[in-house]
Amino acid sequence: MTQDKNPADETEKGQDEKEKQYVPSLIEAQAEIAAKRNRPDRTSVTSEPVSKPGTGQRVVTLAEADAATEALYARHKKVYPRQVTGLFADLRFVMVAITLGIFYGLPWINWGAGRQAFLIDLPGRKFNFFFWTFWPQDLFYLSVILILSALLLFFFTAIFGRVWCGFTCPQTVWTEVFLWIERKIDGDRMKQMKLAKMPWNSEKLLKRSAKYSAWILFSLWTGFTFVGFFTPIRELTLSAFAFALGPWETFWVFFYGFATFGNAGFLREQVCTYMCPYARFQGAMFDKNTLIISYDKVRGEPRGARGRVVDPKAQNLGHCIDCTLCVQVCPTGIDIRNGLQYQCIACAACVDVCDTVMAKMNYPKGLIRYTTENALEGKPSRILRPRVILYGSLLVAIGAALVISVLLRVPLDIDVVRDRNTLYRETVEGLVENVYTLRVLNKDNEAHTYRLSATGIEGMVLHGETENMAIGSGDVRELAVRLEADPARLKERSSKITFHVEATDNPKLRDSEEARFLGPVIR
Amino acid sequence: MADFTSGFWQWYIFILVVLSIAACFVLISWMSRGKKPTKVETMGHEWDGIEELNNPLPMWWLYMFYITLFFGIGYLLLYPGSGVFGGAFKWSETGQYDQEMRVAEQKYGPLFEKYRTQELAAVAANPEALNMGKRLFMTYCTGCHGSDAGGGPGYPNLRDSDWLYGGEPEQIKASIMNGRSGAMPAWGAMLGQEGVFNVSEYVISLSGRKASADAAAAGKEKFQQVCAACHGADGKGNQALGAPNLTDNIWLYGGSQAAIMKTISEGRNGRMPAHGEFLGEAKVHLLAAYIWSLSHLPEVKAQK
Repeated sequence: MTQDKNPADETEKGQDEKEKQYVPSLIEAQAEIAAKRNRPDRTSVTSEPVSKPGTGQRVVTLAEADAATEALYARHKKVYPRQVTGLFADLRFVMVAITLGIFYGLPWINWGAGRQAFLIDLPGRKFNFFFWTFWPQDLFYLSVILILSALLLFFFTAIFGRVWCGFTCPQTVWTEVFLWIERKIDGDRMKQMKLAKMPWNSEKLLKRSAKYSAWILFSLWTGFTFVGFFTPIRELTLSAFAFALGPWETFWVFFYGFATFGNAGFLREQVCTYMCPYARFQGAMFDKNTLIISYDKVRGEPRGARGRVVDPKAQNLGHCIDCTLCVQVCPTGIDIRNGLQYQCIACAACVDVCDTVMAKMNYPKGLIRYTTENALEGKPSRILRPRVILYGSLLVAIGAALVISVLLRVPLDIDVVRDRNTLYRETVEGLVENVYTLRVLNKDNEAHTYRLSATGIEGMVLHGETENMAIGSGDVRELAVRLEADPARLKERSSKITFHVEATDNPKLRDSEEARFLGPVIR
Repeated sequence: MADFTSGFWQWYIFILVVLSIAACFVLISWMSRGKKPTKVETMGHEWDGIEELNNPLPMWWLYMFYITLFFGIGYLLLYPGSGVFGGAFKWSETGQYDQEMRVAEQKYGPLFEKYRTQELAAVAANPEALNMGKRLFMTYCTGCHGSDAGGGPGYPNLRDSDWLYGGEPEQIKASIMNGRSGAMPAWGAMLGQEGVFNVSEYVISLSGRKASADAAAAGKEKFQQVCAACHGADGKGNQALGAPNLTDNIWLYGGSQAAIMKTISEGRNGRMPAHGEFLGEAKVHLLAAYIWSLSHLPEVKAQK
């Protein structure tokens, strides 16, 4: 831009270079740019808006940007991202298709007759996951899955930067669909901006109502699908068409519909910049070897418009032709040439669009590219760093533990609660009794008959309904049992014993639980 | 509000609340008035290119303050919180508790109520009622009698056929409804150490256990003088008084000689609290049926 031809700037630049012999890191460069932008003497130089010849597009000057940042109550400026094509746009399309395909498709898959493969049945307190059924007692797995998800995020962020944000985050994915609808109805970026400025005439009314209706329909479908993860979706469809949804189902369909409509339709990048905690703490996981999207300042500057046939070196220009396409495609409305910014969701739209421009200009691609801070400084980048190795090994270890424990999981559970009213009872025969309450939970999909036993002390006898205990699928049987032992056999005042439960029809279904047996020690 | 016996504190809180709200209001409106700065002023603190600016509060934030203030006033007008003024809803914790209990009673009461008029033996034959009784027992009775109803030292076993106050269904129900209070006086001073030993030998012999014949004979004499009044001449006890049967080798406070001697010389006091008012007759009815069923399992099974 024009300010780089400012002589005052040249001298300052010279001073800076004297002070700093090394190439400044991106963050320092960003601070430097910010400091320069805040200098009051700069505004006078670039107050004139510049028109780019030929395109008729107005270029946003830094002065305007400054004015926006310096206003006490800055109004939110709507971002109209320009459509982009290229490798990363295709990649995002694939990710959108996969993630949304899973979201909208998964509830319709059945596993077993009439049993939804993925269903979080809150009233029934169970969770269907393909051939498994999980019960509240298995909540442990949920915490492991959450830990795994967090580690996965750390791992990918450390290596690839914010790829989650740019390609898989629901906020990005749904916004992408909403943008597509918007483009189909309102037209491209220029038409959208024109339409926004237009007074309310019939065309605007028609287009707005068409767009909002399409958004609302898609949002309601989203809300409906979401509820379908909790209520069997086929029944839900029937009751939806009969207008017989329950009050809570109706509420959640509209609640999630409204959330989709508002987040993907209007809040968009503001969710990422102001609301999302992950956006901020991912930045803390970056190091100099993390892949980031960056503008190659050394190659690009000084930027400026030029003809296609002109040799940039002769005009003392870098490769950046200052077409501002990278700003126009940005869904968060930033200028990537200002360096790494917290708003950047790493969607790589600027990479795609800059590569097309470079190709047209016959310059090498990658003026804006995926790179690392080290690479920009001309140092080698390493993928294997201590943090990556740590995240990776934790991921593998916990992931393997999860898979093994789910595979070895026995759909049966026994809980032992020792009676606390007395330490022990003495029978007339001189034996010692302890009383326990057992809770046996059948987590299998079928009813079974179970047998109880106890081991730990020689000659110990278990009294109670220990044989032929029939428990239905998902039911709990609570029963009081009493253990009788000869005090002469007790070696300690508190001995370790074990309760065993086993299905009589399937010896693989067995579980055990440790408990204590209290009694006097006779010496 | 028992701690605030003086009305002064109610007024003290009221005045504090009113003053605080007024002060907050004045402070916020005063802070938000002032002159709007036209450009960004800095506080002069800078670190790494990040400056501390002297911007006014964002409007949405300011509005949030006002909203909380009005919410607070509205809340204090409706609910207690401002001392002397108890709120328009006249809400209280005990009031809400009573209300919730009434709602629960309306909802669950009929479930218990439908068994109340049935014969206890018939209730015991109904598996659903037995399950309800078992739940009630697990909640209210296991603390003393154990989850298997087997009792413990000082707490009777409810599964056997030995009953202090009678094992008929109606007698069990009466024990739960009104409670029982059993007192064995201390005879140590009167009988002397030897006397206590002799009586204990006799009592042990009553259950057919081995005892010294001489001591038991001496003890029998004392027993007839002292103990027979309650436990009967034959030692079979008296359910009207809650005096236990001493001939069945079932011991509430332990059957060893030491335990029996302690019982005779120091006495015992047992108390079953009354549950009639606490649980209501309908629930006690179910409990009694469950407890009766424990010692009558064959009959209960036969009735099914």
